[in-house]
Amino acid sequence: MSVRDLACAAGGRRLFQGIDFDLASGELLEVRGPNGSGKTTLLRCIAGLFTEESGGVEIATDERPLYLGHKPGLSPMLTPLENLRWFLALRGRKHAREDCLSALREVGLEDSRLMPCRSLSAGQQRRAALARLRAGSAQLWLLDEPFAALDASGRDMVRSLVRKQCIEGGAVVCATHEALGVAGARRLELAA
Amino acid sequence: MVLAQAGRDLRIAFRSRGEAAHPLAFFALAVTLFGLGLGSDLKTLGAVSVVAVWVIALLACMLAAESLFRRDFEDGTLEQMLLHGRPVFLAVLGKLAAHWCVSGLPLVVFAPLAGFMLQAPGPALPVLVLSLAVGTPTLTAIGAIAAALTAGLGRGGLLLALIALPLYVPVLVFGASASVVAASGSSAVPQLLWLLAMLGAALTFAPFAVGLALRLSQEY
Repeated sequence: MSVRDLACAAGGRRLFQGIDFDLASGELLEVRGPNGSGKTTLLRCIAGLFTEESGGVEIATDERPLYLGHKPGLSPMLTPLENLRWFLALRGRKHAREDCLSALREVGLEDSRLMPCRSLSAGQQRRAALARLRAGSAQLWLLDEPFAALDASGRDMVRSLVRKQCIEGGAVVCATHEALGVAGARRLELAA
Repeated sequence: MVLAQAGRDLRIAFRSRGEAAHPLAFFALAVTLFGLGLGSDLKTLGAVSVVAVWVIALLACMLAAESLFRRDFEDGTLEQMLLHGRPVFLAVLGKLAAHWCVSGLPLVVFAPLAGFMLQAPGPALPVLVLSLAVGTPTLTAIGAIAAALTAGLGRGGLLLALIALPLYVPVLVFGASASVVAASGSSAVPQLLWLLAMLGAALTFAPFAVGLALRLSQEY
């Protein structure tokens, strides 16, 4: 994917301008910057949820990127398993029960896969959202603060997921405050 | 995909049954109040009763529309619904179908009882049910457009009413007049055909309009 001379404004304020980068498969880009510098807006803009002021985003693959934002994207009334199956069904994958189960096992939610998400802790909900990364097969991941609410083993899990994605030829854009700790990461600093 | 979305929404509605029953409870209460207020004078009731049932059903649909996207917006599932790269209107169609089954269908089922309580004339009852069966999906579709436009606004209840009510008017006019005409013994087929035409138009255009409005709701 490539981003050309991108500028975004929110609430009448210019957040950033002249953002320009290419991301090839297998690459990881860490977006850093203080609160309010537009990291989330940049990710939402790449995902196609936010309209840029000028410039453009081009994504080479047909498949839409997988976006993991601040909101968990889980219905609190449904179990992690049901949420994941719905997510995969929207992307056109049916009968993916086995994939879902193995993804939930991998994020450590096997025991609570049948509990409604509203009775899970914040960290467990985060893990349920991360299961989408494992089960989905998008080429491009857009992660917004993937470490939020996660414990040490959860962070390790995110690292290994990102590493695996890069090795398998995917690309990752990740907005974060602390270094992801994955070797070979490129960095984009957004000014306040 | 339509089925996956509809199944998910029905499951959520089933798990929050109390909330899903609000429109029906409102319908039952309002009909009861009408019955108590109008008394038992058969002359006054007559045609008024079918119109009352129609207006109450319309308001119940509008109340139900408010919750259509609010929760999905808050928990972020709306983002995921817009990002799967396949046509959004299919998912919207599934959502509308599930929403109607939960909020519109019970009204249709209980309409004969409501008409009976308000002493509606016998021949008007089947037409009342039929007109509601064709009319309430239209109301759901129109309400969904208003709900999608106000999804990102926090508490947009009044604004939703201001957007939806003018668009509800033609549906109400033909729906109520079908029942009134039937009560007086004439044929209600023209009105019902008009309702059917409006349903066709609403189902054709609303999913696209809702998809666009939902995209707008994400621009914050």
